[in-house]
Amino acid sequence: MSSSMIRIESLTKRYGPTEALKGLSFEVPRGQVVGFLGLNGAGKSTTMRILAGYVTPTSGKALVGGIDVAVDPVAARRLVGYLPENNPLYEEMMVIDFLRFIADVRGVPADVRSTRIKNAVERCGLGAVIGKDIGQLSKGYRQRVGLAQAILHEPDLLILDEPTSGLDPNQIVEIQNLIRELGREKTVILSTHILPEVQAMCSRVLIIKNGVLATDNSTERLALGDEGGAVTVVLASRHGSSLDAAAVQRALEAVPGVAKVETGEAEGSASLGFLLRYAVEDPRRALFEAAVKNEWVLLEVHRAQTSLEDTFRKVTAEDATDPRKAA
Amino acid sequence: MNSTLAVARREFKTFFASPIAYIVLGGFLLVSGWLYFSTLLLAGQASLRNFFGFAPVLFVVLVPAITMRSIAEERKSGTLELLLTMPLEDWQVVLGKFLASVGMVGVGLMWTLPYAFTVAGLTATGSVFDWGPVIAGYLGLLFLASSFVALGLWASALSKNQIVGFIVGLIVCFAFYFVDKFAALLPASLGQVLEYLSVDYHFENIARGVLDTRDLLFYGSLTAAGLLFTTRTLSASRQ
Repeated sequence: MSSSMIRIESLTKRYGPTEALKGLSFEVPRGQVVGFLGLNGAGKSTTMRILAGYVTPTSGKALVGGIDVAVDPVAARRLVGYLPENNPLYEEMMVIDFLRFIADVRGVPADVRSTRIKNAVERCGLGAVIGKDIGQLSKGYRQRVGLAQAILHEPDLLILDEPTSGLDPNQIVEIQNLIRELGREKTVILSTHILPEVQAMCSRVLIIKNGVLATDNSTERLALGDEGGAVTVVLASRHGSSLDAAAVQRALEAVPGVAKVETGEAEGSASLGFLLRYAVEDPRRALFEAAVKNEWVLLEVHRAQTSLEDTFRKVTAEDATDPRKAA
Repeated sequence: MNSTLAVARREFKTFFASPIAYIVLGGFLLVSGWLYFSTLLLAGQASLRNFFGFAPVLFVVLVPAITMRSIAEERKSGTLELLLTMPLEDWQVVLGKFLASVGMVGVGLMWTLPYAFTVAGLTATGSVFDWGPVIAGYLGLLFLASSFVALGLWASALSKNQIVGFIVGLIVCFAFYFVDKFAALLPASLGQVLEYLSVDYHFENIARGVLDTRDLLFYGSLTAAGLLFTTRTLSASRQ
Protein backbone atom coordinates (compact mmCIF):
# COMPACT_ATOMS: atom_id res chain seq x y z
CA MET A 1 0.00 0.00 0.00
CA SER A 2 1.61 3.20 -1.13
CA SER A 3 1.37 6.22 1.12
CA SER A 4 0.52 8.66 -1.64
CA MET A 5 -3.11 9.67 -2.03
CA ILE A 6 -2.62 10.75 -5.62
CA ARG A 7 -0.08 9.44 -8.06
CA ILE A 8 -0.09 10.68 -11.62
CA GLU A 9 2.40 9.32 -14.12
CA SER A 10 2.93 10.84 -17.57
CA LEU A 11 -0.77 11.46 -17.95
CA THR A 12 -2.09 12.61 -21.30
CA LYS A 13 -5.57 13.58 -22.37
CA ARG A 14 -6.66 14.37 -25.87
CA TYR A 15 -10.02 15.88 -26.82
CA GLY A 16 -10.11 15.33 -30.56
CA PRO A 17 -7.20 17.31 -31.98
CA THR A 18 -6.51 19.28 -28.77
CA GLU A 19 -4.06 17.91 -26.28
CA ALA A 20 -5.17 19.03 -22.84
CA LEU A 21 -2.51 17.12 -20.90
CA LYS A 22 0.89 16.26 -22.31
CA GLY A 23 2.58 13.95 -19.87
CA LEU A 24 1.72 15.32 -16.45
CA SER A 25 3.33 13.65 -13.43
CA PHE A 26 3.11 14.41 -9.73
CA GLU A 27 2.42 12.79 -6.41
CA VAL A 28 0.47 13.97 -3.38
CA PRO A 29 0.99 12.27 -0.01
CA ARG A 30 -1.89 11.72 2.40
CA GLY A 31 -2.95 14.72 4.46
CA GLN A 32 -1.53 17.42 2.23
CA VAL A 33 -3.48 20.45 1.02
CA VAL A 34 -2.36 21.23 -2.47
CA GLY A 35 -3.15 24.29 -4.56
CA PHE A 36 -3.43 23.65 -8.26
CA LEU A 37 -2.68 26.73 -10.32
CA GLY A 38 -2.52 27.53 -13.96
CA LEU A 39 -4.08 29.75 -16.59
CA ASN A 40 -7.43 28.84 -18.08
CA GLY A 41 -6.99 25.93 -20.44
CA ALA A 42 -3.74 24.78 -18.85
CA GLY A 43 -5.30 21.43 -17.94
CA LYS A 44 -6.35 21.91 -14.30
CA SER A 45 -9.96 20.88 -14.73
CA THR A 46 -9.02 17.99 -16.99
CA THR A 47 -6.63 16.62 -14.36
CA MET A 48 -9.26 16.98 -11.67
CA ARG A 49 -11.91 15.36 -13.84
CA ILE A 50 -9.64 12.39 -14.43
CA LEU A 51 -8.93 12.05 -10.71
CA ALA A 52 -12.64 12.33 -9.90
CA GLY A 53 -13.43 9.63 -12.44
CA TYR A 54 -15.44 11.75 -14.86
CA VAL A 55 -13.21 11.53 -17.92
CA THR A 56 -10.84 8.74 -18.85
CA PRO A 57 -7.17 9.48 -19.57
CA THR A 58 -5.82 8.92 -23.08
CA SER A 59 -2.58 7.45 -21.77
CA GLY A 60 -0.55 7.36 -18.60
CA LYS A 61 -1.67 6.51 -15.12
CA ALA A 62 -3.75 8.20 -12.47
CA LEU A 63 -3.96 6.46 -9.10
CA VAL A 64 -6.19 7.50 -6.25
CA GLY A 65 -5.34 5.82 -2.96
CA GLY A 66 -3.40 3.23 -4.94
CA ILE A 67 -6.35 2.44 -7.26
CA ASP A 68 -5.95 3.10 -10.96
CA VAL A 69 -8.93 5.17 -12.13
CA ALA A 70 -8.83 3.43 -15.51
CA VAL A 71 -8.79 -0.08 -14.02
CA ASP A 72 -11.39 0.18 -11.25
CA PRO A 73 -13.12 3.52 -11.70
CA VAL A 74 -15.99 2.78 -9.33
CA ALA A 75 -13.68 1.83 -6.44
CA ALA A 76 -11.53 4.90 -7.07
CA ARG A 77 -14.60 7.17 -7.10
CA ARG A 78 -15.61 5.86 -3.67
CA LEU A 79 -12.49 7.46 -2.16
CA VAL A 80 -13.12 10.85 -3.69
CA GLY A 81 -15.34 13.78 -2.86
CA TYR A 82 -15.62 16.08 -5.84
CA LEU A 83 -16.82 19.62 -6.29
CA PRO A 84 -16.95 20.21 -10.04
CA GLU A 85 -16.27 23.56 -11.62
CA ASN A 86 -19.45 25.69 -11.64
CA ASN A 87 -20.91 23.34 -9.02
CA PRO A 88 -23.78 21.72 -10.95
CA LEU A 89 -26.68 20.73 -8.68
CA TYR A 90 -30.22 19.44 -9.14
CA GLU A 91 -31.99 22.79 -8.91
CA GLU A 92 -35.48 21.39 -8.38
CA MET A 93 -34.52 19.32 -5.34
CA MET A 94 -34.69 20.35 -1.72
CA VAL A 95 -31.28 20.52 -0.01
CA ILE A 96 -32.13 17.67 2.32
CA ASP A 97 -33.54 15.50 -0.50
CA PHE A 98 -30.45 16.14 -2.56
CA LEU A 99 -28.13 15.11 0.29
CA ARG A 100 -30.22 12.00 0.90
CA PHE A 101 -29.99 11.15 -2.78
CA ILE A 102 -26.20 11.54 -2.75
CA ALA A 103 -25.97 9.39 0.39
CA ASP A 104 -28.03 6.65 -1.28
CA VAL A 105 -26.14 6.74 -4.57
CA ARG A 106 -22.86 6.72 -2.66
CA GLY A 107 -24.07 3.68 -0.72
CA VAL A 108 -23.78 5.28 2.71
CA PRO A 109 -25.05 2.54 5.08
CA ALA A 110 -28.59 3.12 6.33
CA ASP A 111 -27.59 3.10 10.03
CA VAL A 112 -25.15 6.02 9.64
CA ARG A 113 -26.96 7.86 6.85
CA SER A 114 -28.77 10.40 9.00
CA THR A 115 -25.71 11.09 11.18
CA ARG A 116 -23.52 11.64 8.12
CA ILE A 117 -26.08 13.99 6.59
CA LYS A 118 -26.41 15.84 9.89
CA ASN A 119 -22.63 16.21 10.17
CA ALA A 120 -22.30 17.50 6.62
CA VAL A 121 -25.18 19.96 7.15
CA GLU A 122 -23.61 21.25 10.37
CA ARG A 123 -20.09 21.56 9.03
CA CYS A 124 -21.26 23.41 5.96
CA GLY A 125 -23.73 25.59 7.89
CA LEU A 126 -26.75 24.49 5.90
CA GLY A 127 -29.17 24.14 8.81
CA ALA A 128 -31.21 27.18 7.85
CA VAL A 129 -31.81 26.20 4.22
CA ILE A 130 -32.28 22.46 4.51
CA GLY A 131 -35.92 22.61 3.38
CA LYS A 132 -35.37 25.04 0.50
CA ASP A 133 -35.08 24.19 -3.17
CA ILE A 134 -31.49 24.38 -4.33
CA GLY A 135 -32.57 26.65 -7.18
CA GLN A 136 -33.60 29.34 -4.67
CA LEU A 137 -30.29 29.45 -2.82
CA SER A 138 -27.65 32.18 -3.02
CA LYS A 139 -24.37 31.37 -4.63
CA GLY A 140 -22.64 31.03 -1.26
CA TYR A 141 -25.19 28.51 -0.03
CA ARG A 142 -25.06 26.61 -3.30
CA GLN A 143 -21.32 26.29 -2.88
CA ARG A 144 -21.85 24.94 0.62
CA VAL A 145 -24.32 22.40 -0.71
CA GLY A 146 -21.67 21.36 -3.23
CA LEU A 147 -19.14 20.95 -0.43
CA ALA A 148 -21.61 19.09 1.78
CA GLN A 149 -22.24 16.71 -1.10
CA ALA A 150 -18.49 16.18 -1.49
CA ILE A 151 -17.80 15.37 2.19
CA LEU A 152 -20.97 13.39 2.90
CA HIS A 153 -19.38 9.96 2.54
CA GLU A 154 -16.26 11.04 4.49
CA PRO A 155 -13.85 10.56 1.60
CA ASP A 156 -10.06 10.48 2.00
CA LEU A 157 -9.52 12.83 -0.91
CA LEU A 158 -11.31 16.06 -1.72
CA ILE A 159 -11.05 17.46 -5.23
CA LEU A 160 -12.32 21.02 -5.40
CA ASP A 161 -12.38 22.76 -8.77
CA GLU A 162 -12.47 26.51 -8.16
CA PRO A 163 -14.37 26.28 -4.88
CA THR A 164 -14.57 30.05 -4.33
CA SER A 165 -15.19 31.36 -7.83
CA GLY A 166 -18.08 33.75 -8.09
CA LEU A 167 -18.47 34.28 -4.36
CA ASP A 168 -18.45 37.61 -2.54
CA PRO A 169 -15.53 38.38 -0.17
CA ASN A 170 -17.38 37.26 2.95
CA GLN A 171 -18.46 34.01 1.36
CA ILE A 172 -14.91 33.42 0.16
CA VAL A 173 -13.59 33.70 3.71
CA GLU A 174 -16.28 31.31 4.98
CA ILE A 175 -15.53 28.70 2.34
CA GLN A 176 -11.80 29.11 2.92
CA ASN A 177 -12.22 28.50 6.63
CA LEU A 178 -14.28 25.43 5.89
CA ILE A 179 -11.70 24.05 3.49
CA ARG A 180 -8.87 24.77 5.93
CA GLU A 181 -10.76 22.86 8.57
CA LEU A 182 -11.37 19.94 6.21
CA GLY A 183 -7.69 20.00 5.27
CA ARG A 184 -6.73 19.02 8.82
CA GLU A 185 -8.00 15.49 8.30
CA LYS A 186 -8.18 14.99 4.55
CA THR A 187 -6.05 15.26 1.48
CA VAL A 188 -7.29 18.22 -0.52
CA ILE A 189 -6.43 19.31 -4.01
CA LEU A 190 -8.02 22.57 -5.09
CA SER A 191 -7.71 24.79 -8.10
CA THR A 192 -8.07 28.53 -7.99
CA HIS A 193 -7.20 31.77 -9.71
CA ILE A 194 -6.95 33.68 -6.46
CA LEU A 195 -3.36 33.48 -5.31
CA PRO A 196 -3.72 34.74 -1.73
CA GLU A 197 -6.18 31.89 -1.35
CA VAL A 198 -3.41 29.43 -2.00
CA GLN A 199 -1.29 31.10 0.64
CA ALA A 200 -4.21 30.97 3.06
CA MET A 201 -5.04 27.31 2.58
CA CYS A 202 -2.34 25.26 0.89
CA SER A 203 1.01 23.97 2.03
CA ARG A 204 2.08 23.09 -1.48
CA VAL A 205 1.58 24.61 -4.90
CA LEU A 206 1.53 22.89 -8.25
CA ILE A 207 1.57 25.16 -11.29
CA ILE A 208 0.54 23.56 -14.54
CA LYS A 209 1.23 25.06 -17.91
CA ASN A 210 0.19 23.76 -21.32
CA GLY A 211 -0.61 20.35 -19.93
CA VAL A 212 2.66 19.76 -18.07
CA LEU A 213 3.84 20.54 -14.57
CA ALA A 214 5.73 23.83 -14.49
CA THR A 215 6.33 24.23 -10.77
CA ASP A 216 6.04 22.07 -7.70
CA ASN A 217 7.02 23.72 -4.45
CA SER A 218 5.95 24.58 -0.94
CA THR A 219 3.79 27.68 -0.64
CA GLU A 220 6.30 29.30 1.72
CA ARG A 221 9.19 28.87 -0.63
CA LEU A 222 7.19 30.16 -3.57
CA ALA A 223 5.98 33.14 -1.60
CA LEU A 224 9.61 34.15 -1.18
CA GLY A 225 10.27 33.98 -4.87
CA ASP A 226 13.64 34.11 -6.60
CA GLU A 227 14.74 37.36 -5.06
CA GLY A 228 13.76 36.30 -1.56
CA GLY A 229 11.37 38.25 0.62
CA ALA A 230 11.13 41.91 1.51
CA VAL A 231 10.27 43.79 4.67
CA THR A 232 9.22 47.43 4.64
CA VAL A 233 10.25 49.42 7.70
CA VAL A 234 9.37 52.91 8.88
CA LEU A 235 11.32 54.04 11.91
CA ALA A 236 12.03 57.17 13.94
CA SER A 237 14.34 58.13 16.77
CA ARG A 238 13.06 57.29 20.23
CA HIS A 239 14.16 60.68 21.56
CA GLY A 240 12.44 62.70 18.88
CA SER A 241 15.71 63.90 17.38
CA SER A 242 16.31 63.45 13.69
CA LEU A 243 18.22 60.44 12.40
CA ASP A 244 21.17 60.22 10.10
CA ALA A 245 19.85 58.22 7.16
CA ALA A 246 23.24 56.91 6.10
CA ALA A 247 24.09 55.71 9.60
CA VAL A 248 20.73 53.97 9.99
CA GLN A 249 21.15 52.28 6.63
CA ARG A 250 24.56 50.96 7.70
CA ALA A 251 23.08 49.68 10.95
CA LEU A 252 20.26 47.96 9.05
CA GLU A 253 22.68 46.34 6.66
CA ALA A 254 24.39 44.83 9.70
CA VAL A 255 21.14 43.18 10.86
CA PRO A 256 21.47 39.37 10.50
CA GLY A 257 19.55 38.02 7.53
CA VAL A 258 19.27 41.27 5.64
CA ALA A 259 20.76 41.00 2.19
CA LYS A 260 20.16 44.45 0.85
CA VAL A 261 18.74 47.74 2.12
CA GLU A 262 16.89 50.15 -0.14
CA THR A 263 15.40 53.50 0.74
CA GLY A 264 11.66 53.38 1.07
CA GLU A 265 8.85 55.78 1.81
CA ALA A 266 8.82 57.55 5.17
CA GLU A 267 5.98 59.10 7.13
CA GLY A 268 6.78 62.77 7.43
CA SER A 269 10.17 64.33 8.08
CA ALA A 270 10.92 62.83 11.50
CA SER A 271 10.92 59.26 10.24
CA LEU A 272 12.86 57.17 7.73
CA GLY A 273 11.62 54.43 5.44
CA PHE A 274 13.53 51.41 4.17
CA LEU A 275 12.98 48.24 2.24
CA LEU A 276 14.95 45.26 3.55
CA ARG A 277 15.46 42.38 1.16
CA TYR A 278 16.32 38.96 2.52
CA ALA A 279 17.04 35.59 1.00
CA VAL A 280 15.87 32.92 3.42
CA GLU A 281 15.90 34.06 7.01
CA ASP A 282 13.13 36.43 8.09
CA PRO A 283 15.02 39.40 9.62
CA ARG A 284 12.19 40.89 11.65
CA ARG A 285 13.30 39.56 15.05
CA ALA A 286 16.85 40.74 14.50
CA LEU A 287 15.45 44.05 13.33
CA PHE A 288 13.66 44.50 16.64
CA GLU A 289 16.88 43.80 18.55
CA ALA A 290 18.70 46.35 16.42
CA ALA A 291 15.97 48.91 17.08
CA VAL A 292 16.30 48.44 20.82
CA LYS A 293 20.07 48.74 20.66
CA ASN A 294 20.02 51.87 18.48
CA GLU A 295 17.03 53.37 20.28
CA TRP A 296 14.73 53.51 17.25
CA VAL A 297 10.99 53.34 17.32
CA LEU A 298 9.56 51.00 14.73
CA LEU A 299 6.47 52.71 13.31
CA GLU A 300 5.83 50.10 10.70
CA VAL A 301 7.17 46.65 9.90
CA HIS A 302 5.52 44.76 7.09
CA ARG A 303 6.60 41.60 5.34
CA ALA A 304 5.58 41.83 1.73
CA GLN A 305 4.18 38.60 0.31
CA THR A 306 3.42 39.45 -3.22
CA SER A 307 5.93 37.31 -4.95
CA LEU A 308 3.70 34.23 -5.32
CA GLU A 309 1.92 36.31 -7.92
CA ASP A 310 5.25 37.23 -9.48
CA THR A 311 6.24 33.57 -9.54
CA PHE A 312 2.90 32.62 -11.03
CA ARG A 313 3.15 35.25 -13.74
CA LYS A 314 6.71 34.31 -14.52
CA VAL A 315 5.99 30.59 -14.65
CA THR A 316 2.86 30.86 -16.74
CA ALA A 317 4.14 33.56 -19.11
CA GLU A 318 4.03 32.31 -22.68
CA ASP A 319 7.59 33.34 -23.44
CA ALA A 320 9.13 32.00 -20.26
CA THR A 321 12.40 30.45 -21.37
CA ASP A 322 12.79 28.05 -18.50
CA PRO A 323 9.55 27.39 -16.67
CA ARG A 324 11.27 25.23 -14.08
CA LYS A 325 13.51 28.04 -12.92
CA ALA A 326 11.30 28.96 -10.01
CA ALA A 327 11.15 25.40 -8.73
CA MET B 1 -28.70 -2.08 -6.78
CA ASN B 2 -29.58 0.47 -4.10
CA SER B 3 -27.68 3.11 -6.01
CA THR B 4 -29.59 2.27 -9.18
CA LEU B 5 -32.87 2.57 -7.29
CA ALA B 6 -31.72 5.88 -5.81
CA VAL B 7 -31.17 7.20 -9.35
CA ALA B 8 -34.59 5.86 -10.37
CA ARG B 9 -36.34 7.42 -7.37
CA ARG B 10 -34.79 10.82 -7.92
CA GLU B 11 -35.64 10.70 -11.61
CA PHE B 12 -39.22 9.65 -10.95
CA LYS B 13 -39.77 12.46 -8.44
CA THR B 14 -38.25 14.96 -10.83
CA PHE B 15 -40.94 14.23 -13.42
CA PHE B 16 -43.53 15.64 -11.08
CA ALA B 17 -41.43 18.71 -10.26
CA SER B 18 -41.81 19.97 -13.81
CA PRO B 19 -45.08 20.85 -15.55
CA ILE B 20 -44.07 18.78 -18.58
CA ALA B 21 -45.09 15.55 -16.85
CA TYR B 22 -48.59 16.83 -16.18
CA ILE B 23 -48.97 18.20 -19.70
CA VAL B 24 -47.71 14.99 -21.30
CA LEU B 25 -49.80 12.67 -19.12
CA GLY B 26 -52.83 14.94 -19.34
CA GLY B 27 -52.54 15.06 -23.11
CA PHE B 28 -52.22 11.30 -23.31
CA LEU B 29 -55.27 10.71 -21.13
CA LEU B 30 -57.31 13.30 -23.00
CA VAL B 31 -56.58 11.84 -26.43
CA SER B 32 -56.85 8.22 -25.36
CA GLY B 33 -60.07 8.89 -23.45
CA TRP B 34 -61.61 10.71 -26.36
CA LEU B 35 -60.59 8.04 -28.88
CA TYR B 36 -61.74 5.32 -26.54
CA PHE B 37 -65.20 6.58 -25.66
CA SER B 38 -65.95 7.85 -29.15
CA THR B 39 -65.48 4.35 -30.58
CA LEU B 40 -66.70 2.28 -27.65
CA LEU B 41 -70.41 2.64 -28.30
CA LEU B 42 -69.99 2.35 -32.06
CA ALA B 43 -68.35 -1.03 -31.69
CA GLY B 44 -71.04 -2.18 -29.32
CA GLN B 45 -68.65 -4.64 -27.78
CA ALA B 46 -67.70 -4.83 -24.12
CA SER B 47 -63.96 -5.10 -24.62
CA LEU B 48 -60.86 -2.90 -24.66
CA ARG B 49 -59.92 -4.02 -28.19
CA ASN B 50 -60.18 -0.55 -29.67
CA PHE B 51 -58.11 0.99 -26.86
CA PHE B 52 -55.33 -1.54 -27.40
CA GLY B 53 -55.60 -0.83 -31.11
CA PHE B 54 -54.62 2.84 -30.88
CA ALA B 55 -52.54 2.76 -27.69
CA PRO B 56 -49.27 1.80 -29.47
CA VAL B 57 -49.44 4.79 -31.79
CA LEU B 58 -50.09 7.08 -28.81
CA PHE B 59 -47.05 5.58 -27.13
CA VAL B 60 -44.95 6.57 -30.14
CA VAL B 61 -45.53 10.16 -28.98
CA LEU B 62 -45.96 9.69 -25.24
CA VAL B 63 -42.81 7.73 -24.48
CA PRO B 64 -40.27 10.02 -26.21
CA ALA B 65 -41.98 12.95 -24.48
CA ILE B 66 -41.29 11.25 -21.15
CA THR B 67 -37.70 10.25 -21.90
CA MET B 68 -36.55 13.34 -23.84
CA ARG B 69 -35.16 15.27 -20.88
CA SER B 70 -33.82 12.29 -18.95
CA ILE B 71 -30.17 12.51 -20.00
CA ALA B 72 -30.24 15.62 -22.20
CA GLU B 73 -31.19 17.82 -19.24
CA GLU B 74 -28.36 16.46 -17.09
CA ARG B 75 -25.95 17.16 -19.90
CA LYS B 76 -27.27 20.68 -20.28
CA SER B 77 -27.26 21.63 -16.60
CA GLY B 78 -23.91 19.95 -15.95
CA THR B 79 -25.26 17.55 -13.31
CA LEU B 80 -24.14 14.70 -15.55
CA GLU B 81 -20.61 15.38 -14.28
CA LEU B 82 -21.85 14.96 -10.72
CA LEU B 83 -23.75 11.79 -11.56
CA LEU B 84 -20.90 10.25 -13.52
CA THR B 85 -18.45 10.80 -10.64
CA MET B 86 -20.65 8.81 -8.27
CA PRO B 87 -19.52 5.24 -7.57
CA LEU B 88 -21.86 3.76 -10.17
CA GLU B 89 -21.32 1.86 -13.38
CA ASP B 90 -22.69 3.68 -16.40
CA TRP B 91 -25.25 0.95 -17.01
CA GLN B 92 -26.58 1.48 -13.49
CA VAL B 93 -27.23 5.14 -14.28
CA VAL B 94 -29.04 4.10 -17.47
CA LEU B 95 -30.99 1.37 -15.72
CA GLY B 96 -32.10 3.79 -13.00
CA LYS B 97 -33.37 6.24 -15.59
CA PHE B 98 -35.05 3.43 -17.49
CA LEU B 99 -36.94 2.23 -14.43
CA ALA B 100 -38.11 5.75 -13.64
CA SER B 101 -39.42 6.32 -17.17
CA VAL B 102 -41.16 2.94 -17.29
CA GLY B 103 -42.68 3.84 -13.91
CA MET B 104 -43.92 7.07 -15.43
CA VAL B 105 -45.58 5.21 -18.31
CA GLY B 106 -47.07 2.93 -15.65
CA VAL B 107 -48.61 5.98 -13.97
CA GLY B 108 -50.16 6.98 -17.28
CA LEU B 109 -51.52 3.49 -17.84
CA MET B 110 -52.93 3.36 -14.33
CA TRP B 111 -55.19 6.29 -15.20
CA THR B 112 -56.62 4.32 -18.11
CA LEU B 113 -57.77 1.50 -15.81
CA PRO B 114 -61.16 3.23 -15.35
CA TYR B 115 -61.79 2.39 -19.03
CA ALA B 116 -61.54 -1.29 -18.14
CA PHE B 117 -63.86 -0.92 -15.18
CA THR B 118 -66.46 1.07 -17.15
CA VAL B 119 -66.48 -1.45 -19.92
CA ALA B 120 -66.72 -4.32 -17.43
CA GLY B 121 -69.77 -2.57 -16.00
CA LEU B 122 -71.32 -2.37 -19.46
CA THR B 123 -71.24 -6.12 -19.98
CA ALA B 124 -74.65 -7.53 -20.89
CA THR B 125 -76.51 -9.19 -18.05
CA GLY B 126 -75.89 -12.88 -17.87
CA SER B 127 -72.50 -12.80 -19.55
CA VAL B 128 -69.13 -12.50 -17.80
CA PHE B 129 -66.55 -9.84 -18.70
CA ASP B 130 -63.39 -11.47 -19.97
CA TRP B 131 -60.48 -9.98 -18.00
CA GLY B 132 -57.88 -12.17 -19.73
CA PRO B 133 -57.31 -10.03 -22.84
CA VAL B 134 -57.34 -6.86 -20.69
CA ILE B 135 -54.55 -8.11 -18.44
CA ALA B 136 -52.61 -9.40 -21.44
CA GLY B 137 -53.13 -6.10 -23.23
CA TYR B 138 -51.79 -4.05 -20.34
CA LEU B 139 -48.85 -6.39 -19.98
CA GLY B 140 -48.16 -6.06 -23.70
CA LEU B 141 -48.33 -2.27 -23.46
CA LEU B 142 -45.75 -2.32 -20.66
CA PHE B 143 -43.41 -4.45 -22.78
CA LEU B 144 -43.91 -2.16 -25.74
CA ALA B 145 -43.36 0.89 -23.53
CA SER B 146 -40.14 -0.62 -22.13
CA SER B 147 -38.65 -0.97 -25.59
CA PHE B 148 -39.74 2.57 -26.50
CA VAL B 149 -38.28 3.93 -23.25
CA ALA B 150 -34.94 2.26 -23.99
CA LEU B 151 -34.92 3.77 -27.49
CA GLY B 152 -36.07 7.15 -26.17
CA LEU B 153 -33.28 7.20 -23.58
CA TRP B 154 -30.74 6.63 -26.29
CA ALA B 155 -32.18 9.59 -28.21
CA SER B 156 -31.98 11.67 -25.05
CA ALA B 157 -28.34 10.70 -24.49
CA LEU B 158 -27.32 11.99 -27.91
CA SER B 159 -27.21 15.69 -27.14
CA LYS B 160 -28.01 18.26 -24.50
CA ASN B 161 -31.07 19.35 -26.40
CA GLN B 162 -34.38 17.90 -25.20
CA ILE B 163 -36.09 18.68 -28.49
CA VAL B 164 -33.51 16.65 -30.37
CA GLY B 165 -34.10 13.88 -27.84
CA PHE B 166 -37.83 14.04 -28.48
CA ILE B 167 -37.71 14.15 -32.26
CA VAL B 168 -35.07 11.43 -32.66
CA GLY B 169 -36.95 9.28 -30.12
CA LEU B 170 -40.20 9.85 -32.00
CA ILE B 171 -38.64 8.90 -35.33
CA VAL B 172 -37.03 5.73 -33.97
CA CYS B 173 -40.16 4.60 -32.11
CA PHE B 174 -42.32 5.42 -35.12
CA ALA B 175 -40.02 3.38 -37.36
CA PHE B 176 -40.46 0.32 -35.15
CA TYR B 177 -44.22 0.89 -35.15
CA PHE B 178 -44.61 1.59 -38.86
CA VAL B 179 -42.18 -0.96 -40.26
CA ASP B 180 -44.78 -3.64 -41.08
CA LYS B 181 -47.63 -1.40 -42.19
CA PHE B 182 -47.00 -2.04 -45.90
CA ALA B 183 -45.77 -5.60 -45.38
CA ALA B 184 -48.80 -6.93 -47.27
CA LEU B 185 -47.58 -5.27 -50.47
CA LEU B 186 -44.15 -6.90 -50.27
CA PRO B 187 -43.00 -10.45 -51.02
CA ALA B 188 -43.99 -12.79 -48.19
CA SER B 189 -40.46 -13.49 -46.96
CA LEU B 190 -39.57 -9.80 -46.69
CA GLY B 191 -42.95 -9.09 -45.20
CA GLN B 192 -42.31 -11.58 -42.45
CA VAL B 193 -39.01 -9.98 -41.55
CA LEU B 194 -40.66 -6.59 -41.34
CA GLU B 195 -43.46 -8.03 -39.26
CA TYR B 196 -40.96 -9.51 -36.87
CA LEU B 197 -39.35 -6.09 -36.45
CA SER B 198 -42.64 -4.38 -35.71
CA VAL B 199 -43.48 -3.59 -32.09
CA ASP B 200 -47.12 -3.41 -33.10
CA TYR B 201 -47.19 -6.94 -34.56
CA HIS B 202 -45.82 -8.47 -31.36
CA PHE B 203 -48.14 -6.36 -29.28
CA GLU B 204 -51.17 -7.65 -31.20
CA ASN B 205 -50.05 -11.21 -30.47
CA ILE B 206 -49.84 -10.50 -26.75
CA ALA B 207 -53.07 -8.48 -26.69
CA ARG B 208 -54.87 -11.47 -28.17
CA GLY B 209 -54.03 -13.19 -24.93
CA VAL B 210 -51.19 -15.35 -26.22
CA LEU B 211 -47.98 -14.90 -24.21
CA ASP B 212 -45.48 -16.36 -26.68
CA THR B 213 -41.78 -16.43 -25.80
CA ARG B 214 -40.99 -15.13 -29.30
CA ASP B 215 -42.82 -11.89 -28.56
CA LEU B 216 -41.25 -11.55 -25.13
CA LEU B 217 -37.85 -12.25 -26.63
CA PHE B 218 -38.41 -9.53 -29.20
CA TYR B 219 -39.28 -6.88 -26.62
CA GLY B 220 -36.48 -8.08 -24.35
CA SER B 221 -33.94 -7.82 -27.16
CA LEU B 222 -35.12 -4.41 -28.34
CA THR B 223 -35.08 -3.06 -24.78
CA ALA B 224 -31.63 -4.52 -24.11
CA ALA B 225 -30.29 -3.11 -27.37
CA GLY B 226 -31.67 0.33 -26.57
CA LEU B 227 -30.16 0.28 -23.07
CA LEU B 228 -26.83 -0.93 -24.43
CA PHE B 229 -26.69 1.88 -27.00
CA THR B 230 -27.66 4.39 -24.33
CA THR B 231 -24.87 3.17 -22.04
CA ARG B 232 -22.34 3.36 -24.84
CA THR B 233 -23.42 6.86 -25.79
CA LEU B 234 -23.23 7.92 -22.15
CA SER B 235 -19.79 6.36 -21.70
CA ALA B 236 -18.59 8.15 -24.81
CA SER B 237 -19.02 11.46 -22.99
CA ARG B 238 -16.12 10.42 -20.75
CA GLN B 239 -13.77 10.44 -23.72
